[in-house]
Amino acid sequence: MDAPENRKPQTLPRYSATFDPHTLSEIRRAAATGIYDIRGGGAKRKVPHFDDLLFLGASMSRYPLEGYREACNTAVTLGNRFAKKPIELKIPITIAGMSFGSLSGQAKEALGRGANMAGTSTTTGDGGMTPEERGHSEQLVYQYLPSRYGMNPDDLRKADAIEVVVGQGAKPGGGGMLLGQKINDRVAQMRTLPKGVDQRSACRHPDWTGPDDLEIKIGELREITGWQVPIYVKVGAARPYYDTALSVKAGADVVVLDGMQGGTAATQDVFIEHVGLPILAAIRPAVQALKDLGMHRKVQLVVSGGVRNGADVAKCLALGADAVSIGTAALVALGDNDPAYEAEYNALGTTAGAYDDWHEGNDPAGITTQVPELAARLDPVKAGQRLANFLNVMTLECQTIARACGKSDVHNLEPEDLVALTVEAAAMAQVPLAGTSWVPGS
Amino acid sequence: MTTDNATRNSNLDLDNLPLRDLNAALQGAEEGGFTVLNPGGAHALACGLDAPVEVTIKGHAGYYCAGMNKHATVTIEGNASTGLAENMMSGTVRVKGNVSQSAGATAHGGLLIIEGDASARCGISLKGAEIVVGGSVGHMSAFMAQAGALVVCGDAGEALGDSIYEARLYVRGTVASLGADCIEKEMRDEHRTQLADLLARAGMDADVADFRRYGSARQLYNFKIDNAY
Repeated sequence: MDAPENRKPQTLPRYSATFDPHTLSEIRRAAATGIYDIRGGGAKRKVPHFDDLLFLGASMSRYPLEGYREACNTAVTLGNRFAKKPIELKIPITIAGMSFGSLSGQAKEALGRGANMAGTSTTTGDGGMTPEERGHSEQLVYQYLPSRYGMNPDDLRKADAIEVVVGQGAKPGGGGMLLGQKINDRVAQMRTLPKGVDQRSACRHPDWTGPDDLEIKIGELREITGWQVPIYVKVGAARPYYDTALSVKAGADVVVLDGMQGGTAATQDVFIEHVGLPILAAIRPAVQALKDLGMHRKVQLVVSGGVRNGADVAKCLALGADAVSIGTAALVALGDNDPAYEAEYNALGTTAGAYDDWHEGNDPAGITTQVPELAARLDPVKAGQRLANFLNVMTLECQTIARACGKSDVHNLEPEDLVALTVEAAAMAQVPLAGTSWVPGS
Repeated sequence: MTTDNATRNSNLDLDNLPLRDLNAALQGAEEGGFTVLNPGGAHALACGLDAPVEVTIKGHAGYYCAGMNKHATVTIEGNASTGLAENMMSGTVRVKGNVSQSAGATAHGGLLIIEGDASARCGISLKGAEIVVGGSVGHMSAFMAQAGALVVCGDAGEALGDSIYEARLYVRGTVASLGADCIEKEMRDEHRTQLADLLARAGMDADVADFRRYGSARQLYNFKIDNAY
């Protein structure tokens, strides 16, 4: 070996930023299998998000409220535009739509239990309403989807609200997928499909196209339910200004706007990562549409897609939303991707925290599965308590920030309370870049 | 009249009664016959019924007439627009004229009789109901139909039964084209029996021997590379 002084310096091995290790592995996987990757969850790529925003808090010109002592309201009413019985929530955090079929019965029960304890609503998914879910959810939003799996007027009239699903953030323009591994007898019966068949939920509603038809469809749903319950319209974040405006025009009581970080049970990875907007980029255009129509706070806006903590909730509200929905975070609170099952995740070729093959139905945590032995691992009572705890923490965190900004109601948070750490986030959220008065684009 | 005293053989006149009151009267009735006058193409007429009432609509109906019907018998003495008897669960809906697109969409049960022609997507995502069409159906009829039966005494448009699951299709006339995974299938005795029963219940004068049966080739049931188009 050469003496140190005679060795030639060498550069370190360097991965390409374009052809990074994950990209290379995907090329090799595609070349070996000839089929695209299907997975669950939302966008995993880094996109401008709520972490790029900061609250300013109170200072010389703003009075804070005393933490833990002075009141800071969190309750919100959803759907009082037309419905006789709007949804009354104690907290501005709801549970997003997730189906029995994609989730185990135990997981759906746990979501209902947790939501009840926290005083909020939960939502059905593409597969209909189960009696267990109805029984364990004091406030249940019934999704009205293109597939109409399990759709029937009896369940419609049992719902506390109806959510017409036009799209979702993980796949605006795409239908659902539930592969045959998860189609057991009960799921097959609920969906009127043979057992074991891969079900591909339709991407378009079968009996209406466009906002003019939707207005008539909403009229029919109201006639069938006696104008009692709110009707939400859920859209994936794509053209949020126009989608929100058209939803209002069609007669929605509530608009649900889901960003690309919002999860799905199963979709092509390329769809999840390359179609739709981050939720941060979608809230302000949606709020602007409501303001332009004079409907802000009259038609409520619920946003979702990557909401993880009370700060995220506070930022959504400050940008003009009335409430948020959580899906992925709720599943994690139940026990999804728990490191306690690391050995089993390893056996599936992954690791706790990265497991996303929800469509395969082998979830060690017993959440995204229909295998009875796996599903039995999730105790609905304990998991429900964990979700309730998490919702309570999120609410306390949101209140903490609101009080620090001098607000006696979390809905009094406003864009003026925020600054952005990046130019991109400043442009998307339409708040100043930190330390400047510059709002890009204004 | 008011909705409170709607009784057997009542006339409900949309010229004098708001749609909400009309539907509330029909939805609240447990039995009896009702005649809807001056429908004027109103949407969501007689939707959400949940009892064995008999409703006759004297004229044309708009979108979603008899939507989500259960138990009721609804007769439309005119034409009907989009989504007639959508998601019907049971009962009978008969239209004397023609219907627009998506008739019987996602219907789970019951019998839908269309004496005239039906437009595109008749029986789309059908989930168990039976549809008998006296005339012809438009393109993409029985798209993704899961269960139930569609009988067409006339012709079928393009892409009949595209992506069909287990629904049974019977067509007397020509089929412009079959959709993905839809093929002609053997007509066995059980199918002749079913077809004869449906034609009889619908009051259609047609010979079972003149029909051909179509259904799923079941090649798209499980995702694989060859059908990833």
